[in-house]
Amino acid sequence: MISSALILGAAEGANPLVPNPWEMLVVAVGFAVLMFIVIKFIVPALEKSYQDRVEAIEGGLAKAEKAQAEANAMMADYEQQLADARHEANRIREEARTEGAQIVAEAKERAQAEANRITEQAHTQIAADRAQAATQLRTEVGTLATTLAGKIVGESLDDDARSQRVVDRFLADLDKHQNAGVSE
Amino acid sequence: MLSLVLANVASAGFTPPSISDAHLPEILPWGAEYGTGFGKQMLMVILSIVLISGFFMLAMRKPKLVPGKTQWLAESGYSFVRNSIAKDILGEKDFKAWVPLLFGLFFFVLVNNIFGAIPLLQLPSFSHAGAAYALALIVYVIWIGVGIRHHGPKYFKLAVVPSGVPGWILPLLVPLEVISNFIVRPLTHSLRLMATMLAGHMIVMLAGTGAAYLIMESGSLFLQGAGVLAIIGSVALYFLELLIMYLQAFVFTLLTAIYVQGAIAANDH
Repeated sequence: MISSALILGAAEGANPLVPNPWEMLVVAVGFAVLMFIVIKFIVPALEKSYQDRVEAIEGGLAKAEKAQAEANAMMADYEQQLADARHEANRIREEARTEGAQIVAEAKERAQAEANRITEQAHTQIAADRAQAATQLRTEVGTLATTLAGKIVGESLDDDARSQRVVDRFLADLDKHQNAGVSE
Repeated sequence: MLSLVLANVASAGFTPPSISDAHLPEILPWGAEYGTGFGKQMLMVILSIVLISGFFMLAMRKPKLVPGKTQWLAESGYSFVRNSIAKDILGEKDFKAWVPLLFGLFFFVLVNNIFGAIPLLQLPSFSHAGAAYALALIVYVIWIGVGIRHHGPKYFKLAVVPSGVPGWILPLLVPLEVISNFIVRPLTHSLRLMATMLAGHMIVMLAGTGAAYLIMESGSLFLQGAGVLAIIGSVALYFLELLIMYLQAFVFTLLTAIYVQGAIAANDH
């Protein structure tokens, strides 16, 4: 009974497979309107938000990476500087040592040279003095001998007392002469 | 079996809801006698458009990098369609252009289906064949258009003549392919949605009116108990319906993506 009513109902235009054309129109137009809004506003806004987020995350990562690289570069730079400074210090120390040794050697050499010079000078001086003394002695001995001989010959040689006096006088003269020679 | 049970109850004076009850009276009854009035179902279609546009535009009005609850909800829904349907089916290369269509279809069908689970509205728009036909027809035109745009008129040959099949079987296979691709496909696409929505709607109506009748009019304690059980059962059915509503929206969108993908890649199947 009820199944026949259902069939009857279906036959009376309630067949669920028969569309209402107005419904189709409303759905089609409505969907077109929805698609317009979706394409024009909704999807671009969502895609932009998505893209922004991707960029923000990737940008943040890139920024962090850059900072890391910068820090690494700075550290390498510092290390390089430190190594340079150490190297420089070593070099300076080495140089100072070399220089010191050189200075000492030079001073030693100079002192040696000075000592040599002084010794040489002393030798020369002594030699000169000696030569001068010899020359002077030679001339003076001649003169003295001549003077002495003249004196001796000029006086009587038999008088011992006289002779003694001559010799004394000669010696006194010699002394005097000597003194005068030195003082000259 | 069902009709037998119904017939037994009906003999006791119960009038079960018929399919005509899924068609509510027209609000603006122009040409109502031809069944062409402006009904509640059409209002709900329009309401769904307002709701979808309103929600997403409100959610994305001031998009933030760290989304709030509304924006998060909108973006999750969007990325579900974008990544789980469009990207997975259409592939990395082509999917971007199809996201709007799939997104629109999914939420249009989903919201209209869920109307069936909301008290007072209580009518899934796609339980009416016209709505499902219209939407399936739009998709039908689109994927055929895509095929022609990608492959020219040769597309029809690509679509119905499978490659790598011995020649003698073609007379058998080509008509089958024509029927399955160009006739059955849009019908199943629309009727699957319509039938599940209508059936769900009818079951909920039947459970509701049946339980009301059993409790109010039967006058027998046993039948009143059965009526209470029917109400409990209808709650379970309600949740099953919710699942089906969501599932059908997903299936409708997924099939659209598959049809479009098939049309784009018609030359390699």
